[in-house]
Amino acid sequence: MSAISELSSMSRRKRPATAEEKRANRRDNKAAYIFLLPWLIGLVAITVGPMFMSLYLSFTDYNLLQPPEWTGLDNFTRMLGDARLHNSLRVTFTYVLVGVPLQLAVALLIALVLDKGLRGLPFYRSIFYLPSLLGGSVAVAILWKQIFGTSGLVNQVLAMFGITGPGWISDPSTSLGSIILLHVWTFGSPMIIFLAGLRQIPNMYYEAAEVDGATTLQKFWRITLPMLSPIIFFNLVLQIIGSFQSFTQAFIVSGGNGGPSDSTMFFTLYLYQKGFGQFEMGYASAMAWFLLVIIGAFTAINFIASKYWVFYDD
Amino acid sequence: MTELRTLPAPEKVPASGGKSRGGSPRAGGRKRESRGTLAFSRSARLKAMAKHAVLIIAGGIMIYPLLWMVVSSLRPNELIFREPGLWLNSLEMGNYTDGWSALTHPFGHYMLNSAVVVIGSILGNLISCSMAAYAFARLQFSGKKLFFGIMLLTIMLPFHVIIVPQYILFSQIGWVNTFWPLIVPKLLATDAFFVFLMVQFIRGIPTELDEAARIDGAGHPRIFLRVILPLMVPALATTTIFTFIWTWNDFFGALIYLTDPEMFTVPVALRAFVDSQSATSWGSLFAMSIVSLLPVFLVFLFGQRFLIKGIATTGIK
Repeated sequence: MSAISELSSMSRRKRPATAEEKRANRRDNKAAYIFLLPWLIGLVAITVGPMFMSLYLSFTDYNLLQPPEWTGLDNFTRMLGDARLHNSLRVTFTYVLVGVPLQLAVALLIALVLDKGLRGLPFYRSIFYLPSLLGGSVAVAILWKQIFGTSGLVNQVLAMFGITGPGWISDPSTSLGSIILLHVWTFGSPMIIFLAGLRQIPNMYYEAAEVDGATTLQKFWRITLPMLSPIIFFNLVLQIIGSFQSFTQAFIVSGGNGGPSDSTMFFTLYLYQKGFGQFEMGYASAMAWFLLVIIGAFTAINFIASKYWVFYDD
Repeated sequence: MTELRTLPAPEKVPASGGKSRGGSPRAGGRKRESRGTLAFSRSARLKAMAKHAVLIIAGGIMIYPLLWMVVSSLRPNELIFREPGLWLNSLEMGNYTDGWSALTHPFGHYMLNSAVVVIGSILGNLISCSMAAYAFARLQFSGKKLFFGIMLLTIMLPFHVIIVPQYILFSQIGWVNTFWPLIVPKLLATDAFFVFLMVQFIRGIPTELDEAARIDGAGHPRIFLRVILPLMVPALATTTIFTFIWTWNDFFGALIYLTDPEMFTVPVALRAFVDSQSATSWGSLFAMSIVSLLPVFLVFLFGQRFLIKGIATTGIK
């Protein structure tokens, strides 16, 4: 169903070729490579080439003006002692580890409420889905900046109840929370995936459980959750990968500096500042590879852990 | 929360079933007492009503900030920090006229720039991704498995890992402050997600159709153009819509490659607007934000079917 299940099934088992495939085994290499040509050029010139180039640059000092100068592991040892980088890691990890589960929980909850024959489903679905289309835009980040400002919408509403709210985004203790909330607000796309997944659970399981006198909660834990676990896993992997790269919201809300006092300094924001603010391309490349390793590690852990909780019905 | 429309179980429903989960303790409580279909349909109705109540409140909270931004953009500036409601006393278009001409170029200039990038990206993705997808879905060739695996992996590759060398490459060709760095990668199928989406779709098209065309003497280009492409219009539509929205919203790429105000796309223009203005012009800032969201909203309105299908079958934001 998804890129992820496809990848994991590629590694899980080798399917014997079907008769049809064997028959079609005459190859059309020439035609195939012509069709693949744009993609192949892109892979080499835009993706894999630059990847290795940035691996090389991560061992150099490079400011775009002078040619790169080999400095060995300097960039990496420098990262070990870079307090702002450590802080940016903390910020990013908090964002990912709080924002992603929260967003998925809301998405699942609303999907469960929406599931099965509720009148007006398309309408509700649109309402909940719309924010996830707009959430990545600069415009919504601007809106957030106002809403969570000192005299923004949230505090205006709170004032009606006699509460004086903090300056959410100008206060280092709440600024990250405001951005996490923006992430949760965009729960619409995982919700749609959950809805599609819920629809695929055969009704007979629930009917059988009801005959056995299962409660709603039991049905949720014993049927819905296991049957939905591949979808939850899929959402989890994608959202974690995506959230580590989150950039626009923190950039706009903080005015590009990751403030106040670095409380919204995402790793990507720091990388941008190093690379494109100070043109320390070598250091930025080292950071980018570090990010790749982190995301890779998280994804690997996810895949390994999935063996214990993801249930494949095949 | 599954369904309650099936008949109650013969055994007594255990008590915990009653206080199941958020929203409708009342409906659940009634369920225990209900035996006859009449009473049951009433509890089902209550249940549905509770669901609607939850959804309307949640949906209202979700959408309120957007509505409020629209209303605020039609208000005099000073009200934005004083009026949390949605009531409009008068219609103020001044924010829109002010915002439109607040930057070095009229806002339409940036929208035009964005449109150029968007159209280029859409064409690029449609052509290059469908070609690659045809090869992966229909052709046998050496290295197919390996390439396909690599293609799937690149979907998950963080953009930041390649952005520095990519920037160096494009700046050496002299493409900084042109639209090429934003369009050319799409012409080269680097949005592998769409390749995957189309592969999935093509796999669903019966191979008998290709076979028939082949027997009629058609080669691969012909099968691709005459058989597969016309049949994969839904996948092409999904690609078009997603590319539109993602490209229209793309901030990071534009931020890096477009530094000359002449070339600004909408997101970077808005960002320049935020930076240049003090807190006094929120009205016009809101107005231009609305203008920038409008195309996405329209696409959402008319292309929703493809969007939802696209997400549900391949699952990416």
